[in-house]
Amino acid sequence: MYDFNYHRPASAADAAAARKAAADGVYLAGGMTLLPTLKQRLARSSDVVDLAATGLTGISRDGGAITIGAMSTHDSVATSSEVQSAIPALGILAGGIGDPQVRNRGTIGGSIANADPAADYPAAVLGLNATVHTDRRAIGADDFFTGMFETALGDGELITKVTFPVPAAAAYAKFANPASRYAIVGVMVAKTDGGIRVAVTGAAGNAFRATAMEQVLAGDFSAAVLDGISVDADYNSDIHASAEYRRHLVGVMAKRAVREIA
Amino acid sequence: MNANATTNSGIGGSVRRREDSRFLQGRGKYTDDINIAGQTYAVFVRSPHAHARINGIDTAAAAAAEGVAAVFTAEHTKDIGGVPTGWQVHSKDGEPMAEPKHPVLAEGAARHVGDPVAMVIAATRRQARDAAELVTVDYDPQPAAVDMKAALADGAAKVHGDLPGNLCYDWELGDKAAVDEAFAGAAHVTKLDLVNNRLIPNAVEPRCAIGDYDSVSGEHTLYTTSQNPHVIRLLMGAFVLSIPEHKLRVVAPDVGGGFGSKIFHYAEEALVTWAAAQIKKPVKWTAERSESFMSDAHGRDHVTHAELALDANGKFLALRCSTLANMGAYLSTFAPCIPTYLHGTLLAGQYATPAIYCEVKAVFTNTVPVDAYRGAGRPEATFILERIVDQAAAETGVDPAELRRRNMIQPEQFPYQTPVALQYDTGNYEATLDQALKAADYAGFEARRKQSAAAGKLRGVGLSCYIEACGIAPSNVVGSLGARAGLYEAATVRVNPTGSVVVFTGSHAHGQGHETTFAQVVSDMLGIDYDAVEIVHGDTAKVPFGMGTYGSRSIAVGGAAIAKAVDKIIAKGKKIAAHLLEAGEGDIVFENGAFKVAGTDREKSFGDIALTAYVPHQYPLESLEPGLEETAFYDPANFTYPAGTYVCEVEVDPDTGQVTVASFHASDDFGNLINPMIVEGQVHGGLAQGIGQALLENCVYDAEGQLLSGSYMDYCMPRADDLPSFQVDTTVTACTHNPLGVKGCGEAGAIGAPPALINAVVNALNGGGHSIAHLDMPATPQKVWAAMQSN
Ligand SMILES: Cc1cc2nc3c(=O)[nH]c(=O)nc-3n(C[C@H](O)[C@H](O)[C@H](O)COP(=O)(O)OP(=O)(O)OC[C@H]3O[C@@H](n4cnc5c(N)ncnc54)[C@H](O)[C@@H]3O)c2cc1C
Repeated sequence: MYDFNYHRPASAADAAAARKAAADGVYLAGGMTLLPTLKQRLARSSDVVDLAATGLTGISRDGGAITIGAMSTHDSVATSSEVQSAIPALGILAGGIGDPQVRNRGTIGGSIANADPAADYPAAVLGLNATVHTDRRAIGADDFFTGMFETALGDGELITKVTFPVPAAAAYAKFANPASRYAIVGVMVAKTDGGIRVAVTGAAGNAFRATAMEQVLAGDFSAAVLDGISVDADYNSDIHASAEYRRHLVGVMAKRAVREIA
Repeated sequence: MNANATTNSGIGGSVRRREDSRFLQGRGKYTDDINIAGQTYAVFVRSPHAHARINGIDTAAAAAAEGVAAVFTAEHTKDIGGVPTGWQVHSKDGEPMAEPKHPVLAEGAARHVGDPVAMVIAATRRQARDAAELVTVDYDPQPAAVDMKAALADGAAKVHGDLPGNLCYDWELGDKAAVDEAFAGAAHVTKLDLVNNRLIPNAVEPRCAIGDYDSVSGEHTLYTTSQNPHVIRLLMGAFVLSIPEHKLRVVAPDVGGGFGSKIFHYAEEALVTWAAAQIKKPVKWTAERSESFMSDAHGRDHVTHAELALDANGKFLALRCSTLANMGAYLSTFAPCIPTYLHGTLLAGQYATPAIYCEVKAVFTNTVPVDAYRGAGRPEATFILERIVDQAAAETGVDPAELRRRNMIQPEQFPYQTPVALQYDTGNYEATLDQALKAADYAGFEARRKQSAAAGKLRGVGLSCYIEACGIAPSNVVGSLGARAGLYEAATVRVNPTGSVVVFTGSHAHGQGHETTFAQVVSDMLGIDYDAVEIVHGDTAKVPFGMGTYGSRSIAVGGAAIAKAVDKIIAKGKKIAAHLLEAGEGDIVFENGAFKVAGTDREKSFGDIALTAYVPHQYPLESLEPGLEETAFYDPANFTYPAGTYVCEVEVDPDTGQVTVASFHASDDFGNLINPMIVEGQVHGGLAQGIGQALLENCVYDAEGQLLSGSYMDYCMPRADDLPSFQVDTTVTACTHNPLGVKGCGEAGAIGAPPALINAVVNALNGGGHSIAHLDMPATPQKVWAAMQSN
């Protein structure tokens, strides 16, 4: 790790200000991704702005939506009774991230800001049509993930909370990488106010919607209609899963999610 | 095996491991826990290229950086000896293997990703790291030899420019003519191509070494994460640094797992020892995990073509195998012997196959050196044999258990001379097979297959009947096979004046529980309290000598040495007792901790004799020295031959190819057991590693020689939730040639498990309507799914 200036601001506004004042600053949430890259000297920042004291936690339900503070840990989402009763699939997704240590430190804000192609939360944000709130604006799910490790966030923009409209039903099916336990493919299927949404993570550079599946499911919500539907995407290929295998798994996971709902 | 702790603290008692008290409280003392006043820290600059010429190294900025004590490159170390290998193998034509120099720091060329190029030493670890980034190496990247077949082709990139090619040796074993003849007359021939996947050892404690030098006495001390401190002293002192034994002490304190990877003498150990004398300050180096991935010797990595000839009744007539074995860029300590004498010699397995021929080409590649990893050569042999036997069963329509049974060596055939050099002393393979089949309810498998099918899963069952040669090894035998050292073990048993005992053993413990097991042996033999026995290991200044821990040799060779030393204690005790009791020495018997005049009630306790030995007022001083301390060197008469049958059931998800281990049953014959609970623990660990290899672990290099599986995000270690609850039991045929009748148990699981699992997966797929002859390890979901698509 190289030297850096450490800040521990007491509010979101102070955090944004500290980040803005820094020559080359970075926010620190759970540190599960950031700290290893700093330790291995793969990244270097002049200033680390720790969000731990900003109070960006808390999970609440207001009307038709669940709002989760950016600093909420995966474990707090997984075990939240609000989440479990309103969107059980979201709690299951959070409870399936990594291992207990990672779930006790890693946060929803960090996960979404990081936009790892294999992360689970992007499938939830996109599949449930969530809104990402920042210190500057509200960003719709469909506009948020723009590429591999790339999002619509501007420089220094701070995620404060994420709002998930409560769907009529939703399910998440994940095929985990046996080593990292990240998603090789994860599919969130949801019946939302705006219609059926199918969001895929792990398969390509960033999470995306499988519109071909959404269309047929809108007509007949059953796993059988997904037979023969091959989702086109710019599939990832690595030592764990070829593009062809990932394409196949998208179909299998989507069917599992649909079956769970139907 | 019943693993409940018992109150019997002698031989056969499941005593709780005494070492766990410090390990579980976080109070073990590992090399990295040792800090010496004035200590400096070393960081290595390692090659990012698989193969590159080094045109120059600019160390000026690093040397001038804050806190830096020294920066060393090959310019400083080129007169130091190369890291030696301990075994010389000869090719078919009688020529010795190619043995290129393994410089401690790269000389003119870097030959694998991770090859150390420079050593930076500073007052703090951080300063050393900062300075290491200032070292500029002028690399000229060269084409790399990565794939073994390609590396042997004409015009392939050469790992060592001064060698004719990348072949290290081309070795053979067995009667080729007899094998060819048997094949010519065979009713059936089964052929298989197999890959034994490359593994990265991943002991939980990364390697660490501290060099210290006393400029007044001229004594060097190396603290290191080693399975065999005396071997390191021998290799490093004699071959690398030219330091005589009496000026070199090697200490291996608590060591957090080795699995073979800490047998070997590594360049970093020599460098910290040497550098400490150069800069007159202690030098410490601790590997980071990513460094471990690219600098600890890897394991396995064989590519084999095998053929099995059978007669019309399913009797094996002959086996032939042709293997390419990866050596990596340099020859590590044991590397040449793993694919030869620990592999080819095991190809008879449990079967009375009359003719066997095996040839092995060892290949240099631009990858990390490959050497022994839990099982070392024997898992590779077992994988070939137990896969091809299963495939032969499938092809001939005979039940795999039945085909194995038909060919097993029978109890009355022992001692059994195999056609591949070994002579098995004892065993009862069919009894162990029967016990395993019964315990695993092999007969009830079809019903379970149906149940799984009803749940949409393909279920399969797989067997593996392994044998291993361990307790290595008779020195004269290994000497004739090219070993450059003996493989005996040494022990000193010191009886203190008040009757407690300290045992100094050359068998190092790094997870095996020796401190408990050895104490049980001594307390049982001497009839004294288990708590009165202390076991000391891991320091060349304390222990007389030792060849260390590997090859499941600790109890069979190290334990035997202790037993021999205890015998000497008892013999001397009898002399003292005879004097005290005014009886003839021949009339004294030692029973239940007391020296007795046979047939009388006159006796002296062990404690009386100990005290008399040190307070020799009434003592035959003219014919007997005072004191009660004996040393024994034990050189085994033969290898030991643990064997067993493993039965694995798996479920395959036909949609994804995901394999789940549904059950795993292991029946092992380890000879006599000293501590059944520790033995069971060893089996569990071995099975986890074997299943890890078969299902999860894979070291992957790309075509340019970059390590793709260089962290835990990509290299998959087995975790508890990948494994079933193991069912294990034992049968016993006592080893005939060591004093304890023991065979060793450390490697069995890693040897026997992989083929059982792959056999089960192949069985599941074929039972599900596919037609698959073989699946290479690891059976990842992707691989299993792809196999289902194509067949
Ligand atoms: C072993 C392991 C296994 C894992 N397995 C999984 C898995 O199975 N599935 C999965 O989805 N994830 C997995 N993860 C990722 C983990 O769960 C975290 O979600 C992830 O590391 C990022 O969250 P964090 O809170 O730790 O963020 P940090 O590491 O602290 O930060 C990550 C990045 O996000 C930025 N950032 C953080 N918070 C904000 C914010 N509020 N606004 C703007 N930018 C911000 C930081 O500046 C940084 O660039 C795993 C991680 C590890 C180490």
